[in-house]
Amino acid sequence: MTETTERLRRTMMFVPGNNPAMVKDAGIYGADSIMFDLEDAVSMNEKDSARALVYQALKTVDYGDAELVVRINGLDTPYFDNDIKAMVKAQIDVIRLPKAETAEMIKELEEKVAAAEKEFDVPAGSIHLMAAIESAKGVLNAPAIAAASDRMIGLALSAEDYTTDMKTHRYPDGAELEFARNMVLHAARAAGIAAFDTVFTNMDDTEGFYRETNYIHQLGFDGKSLVNPRQIEMVNKVYQPTKPEIENALNVIAAIKDAESKGSGVISMNGQMVDRPVVLRAQRVMKLAQAAHIVNEEGEYIEK
Amino acid sequence: MEIKNTAIAGTLESSDIQIMLSQGNNGIEIELESEVKAKFGAQINAVITETLKQYEIENAKVKAVDKGALDCVIKARTITVAQRALGIADQPAWEVF
Amino acid sequence: MKNNVQRELPEDLMKQYNYQPYESTEIGEPVYQKVAPKVKVSTGDDKYSESLAEIVKKTVKDGMTISFHHHFRNGDYVVNKVMRLIIDNGIKDLTIAPSSLTGAMNDILIEAIQKGTVTNITSSGMRGSLGEFVSHGGMENPVIFRSHGGRARAIEEGSIKIDVAFLGVPNADKLGNANGMYGKAVFGSLGYALMDAQYAQQVVLLTDNVVPYPNTPASIKQTQVDYVVKVDAVGDPDKIGSGATRFTKDPKELKIAQSVNEVIVNSPYFKDGFSFQTGSGGAALAVTRYLRQAMLDNQIKASFALGGITKPTTDLLEEGLVGRVMDVQDFDKGAAESMHSNQMHQEIDASWYADPYNKGAMVDQLDVAILSALEIDTHFNVNVMSGSDGVIRGAIGGHQDAANAKLTIISSPLTRGRLATVVPEVTTVVTPGDSIDVLVTEYGIAINPARKDLQEAFKDLPGLPIYTIEELQKKAEKIVGTPAPIEYNDRTVALIEYRDGTIIDSIKEVK
Repeated sequence: MTETTERLRRTMMFVPGNNPAMVKDAGIYGADSIMFDLEDAVSMNEKDSARALVYQALKTVDYGDAELVVRINGLDTPYFDNDIKAMVKAQIDVIRLPKAETAEMIKELEEKVAAAEKEFDVPAGSIHLMAAIESAKGVLNAPAIAAASDRMIGLALSAEDYTTDMKTHRYPDGAELEFARNMVLHAARAAGIAAFDTVFTNMDDTEGFYRETNYIHQLGFDGKSLVNPRQIEMVNKVYQPTKPEIENALNVIAAIKDAESKGSGVISMNGQMVDRPVVLRAQRVMKLAQAAHIVNEEGEYIEK
Repeated sequence: MEIKNTAIAGTLESSDIQIMLSQGNNGIEIELESEVKAKFGAQINAVITETLKQYEIENAKVKAVDKGALDCVIKARTITVAQRALGIADQPAWEVF
Repeated sequence: MKNNVQRELPEDLMKQYNYQPYESTEIGEPVYQKVAPKVKVSTGDDKYSESLAEIVKKTVKDGMTISFHHHFRNGDYVVNKVMRLIIDNGIKDLTIAPSSLTGAMNDILIEAIQKGTVTNITSSGMRGSLGEFVSHGGMENPVIFRSHGGRARAIEEGSIKIDVAFLGVPNADKLGNANGMYGKAVFGSLGYALMDAQYAQQVVLLTDNVVPYPNTPASIKQTQVDYVVKVDAVGDPDKIGSGATRFTKDPKELKIAQSVNEVIVNSPYFKDGFSFQTGSGGAALAVTRYLRQAMLDNQIKASFALGGITKPTTDLLEEGLVGRVMDVQDFDKGAAESMHSNQMHQEIDASWYADPYNKGAMVDQLDVAILSALEIDTHFNVNVMSGSDGVIRGAIGGHQDAANAKLTIISSPLTRGRLATVVPEVTTVVTPGDSIDVLVTEYGIAINPARKDLQEAFKDLPGLPIYTIEELQKKAEKIVGTPAPIEYNDRTVALIEYRDGTIIDSIKEVK
């Protein structure tokens, strides 16, 4: 599980599954995760086209280091089984289940994924899962959903359906999402998996986007689902560590190396013991700094 | 396999290809319209023909309007149109994928 | 016969037209005699006419060279009006030498060629049905393509000898004082037409807007003009503006524009007093926007912006971020309006702009140029003239000229639809790779290996992956596949001059 939680997931970019131009170019924007959508972005009578298109793209297009995710159609749809089979055969990294409300739904998905792995000779357990929480029931069951399977790598909050379910809508200050955000985040952290915040759709409201992203960054979300490639840079800017944070992290890492070379189990910095949370935070800061290209290969800060 | 009904897949958007598949009786006849026909016409026809052969479709009329689609898009659209024309859109032939 | 960009040239035509093969981007310091036009002395009182037919009949004879400007772009009425009369008069064997051609006059030019009225063309470019017609062997003689600077040079040294120039203007007085700034069909700078006004043996102005004498500011002066003809309309104002005038929202174009900006800002040339040329199109406008922010952030101002001008550039002038706008043509109405409202907005002619054969052209003082490409090959040679099917569908414009900037950036997507932009060998070489410094694509950049200084300056650039151009070419081929080669006939349908008048490439008839 550590391997999957370590991965940076600042940005998960939605790509409509039946749009060849967007599907083929999805890799050029530097999203940490690319999420091909077979669900809401595809009309009922094009579900088969989108499935075939995403499958062929996954098999041939070079998406670099991005984590590849597909949002399949829900359990209650006639497309569910075929979506799973196609995506398992394509060896997608992660299948995202929409409208997850119970742990049982994840278990049902898991069974079908395992069966498909067997059918198509895909290594058992290689396909990961994540769940989108889009209802009051889903929020209340989030801890069980997050822990429902070893394949789970994350929870995502989907605010549009959720706010409708709550008989409200989205407000600029996000107060209506406070409980859901904290539930999803806590459920994810307790299960040791990633947490993704909901999309922000108004491309003209840059200020609002930054406000929301700063807020969810402060809460501790891994990142955000995005509807437009232009949002990637903005999220990355919010997640970019500051120079003092990087310098501190470098000191911590130097102290670790120092302790290793001395064969000492105790890491100390400026005469004080460095405990595990500090080490973990330093490692994450360096990872974010590298992803933001503000440190070089030796880990030195690049003055721009 | 026999084509049951005329089917269409894909759009006329940039980077897509729209393929119409109907019954034929003279092998696989492709009528291709493409701005890159001079450079990629043979390749586009080959992808379509090969994919149809995997469905064991021996005779068909194909009308394709290409808007600069890559091979993976052409293959995907051919699969979709074949599944639809054969009346098996909800039972994908996984070995062709 | 091969030239220095390894292009096989047609020996018979090289001999027939007395051409030398392209050797180098270096112009050297040749000395030559400029030509001067013949003058038919007049007090000017007999210049004005309301009959174009009469003036055309009086001026145009078999075998002459006549010229037009392309400032009306797709809204041009002048070429159609004049050519209709010439064809109907039964004139034969003309050379037409417009500054460029748009789609607006394709039909009538094809008719003129088919009827033997026009037998030679020299232009910056051509598109659509005329390009198809020429590429499929519709003309006996090869078309000669020249850059804007190259045309100015050819006129000044006498390679293009214009007998009659038909120049449309949105205003003129009855003696021929005119500018491009007022009236219905305004286009701003008269930059390209100023060459014709200065060097043609006879100058005929066409206008739909006769104004009281004396008309100022006078870009074209009465001392240069033989006839002023009143017509109903010279151009369609709605079609004069070219291409996108709004910032693109296309994320791919924005990403490329952002990378172009990164390259500029991190180059040694981005310092107070730098100069630049951006061109038109959505991506170029986006570059201007990013550049504006970078100039504000770094408190850097540019000394001048050059070439074809757009509203975002004149906005920079208003904001004081650019000291002067040096304007040879305007791509939108906003830019055209700026010329009469802002004194720092200077109209320049094609010679001043880009002519390699004068006492100093502005392109030689240019720090940064952002140019486009239909194709660029692994030697950085650029094609802006022929499509991937070998058919003529472009224009050199100022490409060869502006590429003399100290930092020449080609901004282009790696692939367009199923066509690779970065290729092993371009279909037609227009601008030699020696004058190209950096290629920017959505995947990353490639730096001309000759520019070790830039390799050094751009290493460690945050978020700007550097590839070799060979790597980018392979990446493109992996995406689109390997194309079948184009099939040509032996016949040459066009010759491409480099700006110094040597031949950089030829275009063959397509099968």
